[in-house]
Amino acid sequence: MSSTYINDVIRFFVLIAVQVLILSHINLGGYIDPMVYVLFILLLPFEIPGWALLISAFLLGYGVDSFSNSTGLHAAAAVFMAFVRPFVVRLVGAPAEYEGNLKPGIAHMGFKWFLAYTSLLVFVHHLVLFLLEAFRFAEIGMVLLRTILSSIFTIALIVIAVYLFMPRKK
Amino acid sequence: MRHILAFIWKHNFFFLFLVLEVVSLILIANKSFYQGSVLGNATDRFTGTVVSGWSGITSYFNLKQENERLAEENARLHRMLTEEQITSDTTTLTVTDTTYNQQYTYTVAKVISNSTNRRDNYIMLNKGRKHGIERDMAVMNSEGIVGTVVSVSSNFSWVMSVLNKHSRLSGRINRINQMGTIMWQGGNPASGTLHDIPAHVKILEGDTITTSGFSLIFPEGIMVGTVERINVETGDHFYTIQFRFSADFNSLRYVYVVRNLIRDEQTELQKNIIDE
Repeated sequence: MSSTYINDVIRFFVLIAVQVLILSHINLGGYIDPMVYVLFILLLPFEIPGWALLISAFLLGYGVDSFSNSTGLHAAAAVFMAFVRPFVVRLVGAPAEYEGNLKPGIAHMGFKWFLAYTSLLVFVHHLVLFLLEAFRFAEIGMVLLRTILSSIFTIALIVIAVYLFMPRKK
Repeated sequence: MRHILAFIWKHNFFFLFLVLEVVSLILIANKSFYQGSVLGNATDRFTGTVVSGWSGITSYFNLKQENERLAEENARLHRMLTEEQITSDTTTLTVTDTTYNQQYTYTVAKVISNSTNRRDNYIMLNKGRKHGIERDMAVMNSEGIVGTVVSVSSNFSWVMSVLNKHSRLSGRINRINQMGTIMWQGGNPASGTLHDIPAHVKILEGDTITTSGFSLIFPEGIMVGTVERINVETGDHFYTIQFRFSADFNSLRYVYVVRNLIRDEQTELQKNIIDE
């Protein structure tokens, strides 16, 4: 059981480091802020208990927050994303049967499935994050623009990362 | 009671979500409280150490530009030295009967973390309480204003960049001596807005904006930027002026933290007025 999650634990730290040391410093104009660290939440196994999903998402967000002095912001968005994950899985289509530990990656679920699943969750995460960050309805246009532009970048980077670094079992 | 507990247990996923979301929102809302807390200090110490180690590596990439900037600033300061100037006075004797007191001192600090693409941007510096940095000190570089110190731990400090929705600084258009409020509307990190300048005065593109010196934080006459676009909203009596920041926030490496030595005296005086 515990060995199933070792990869996830490693991914947790690697993704926070990559996010706060490299990605957060790449400047792509004032509107784009790709947040690839959410890949951690996307790749957690299907059968992970609900409490573990939420708490690990909170810790992930808190970790990113503490490096950008945005206390609670990424934590709130990540927890929200983790909360809607089971619903998105049902919406996009849950795997037919849970065989062993089926993981929500391209290898097991196929590219189309993964893209739909990732796009929905990343969009939700970014929307919550940018809404909380601006905290004013007067800036709603700016919030939507940032959400869409950043989501496109995040999704593209996640798909590239998955193809580059995830072992493909077939 | 048992029913309630059973209900909560049955829906533990939803209730845990609620609890974590509320904790996050409290953290967002009570930011200043969190920053002074034990947890906040421990987090800052950890992230500060990691980030400063990393910037030790990445700072080598900017050495060339940094040297050029320093050389330019040296040249500019050289021109201001009295020995470099010819006295063109025709009077034979000048009596200077003023005692000069130092009002501002400057500490150099290195930027170890910085962002420009958020709505609220913060900068982390490698100096803290140990080095005499305190809350509400001004931060600038040789090109212009950068921000204000908002929280300090023993070795590091967080600076609220001008690129932040909470940032309000007092600025002045030099040519006509009009005061306004400097803000940032998000989006483009190169341009900010100046508000509260009455619409009857004449402003030109390219006018320089500097700090007014009316705040207790920034010295007078620090460069802010140059006017780019002038605009009056219909029905408004004030300009909304878009200007270009003189400092390049993307390439910040070293900054000056400014201490106002007579600030305590000034705040004391202000308090007296409010008390009466």
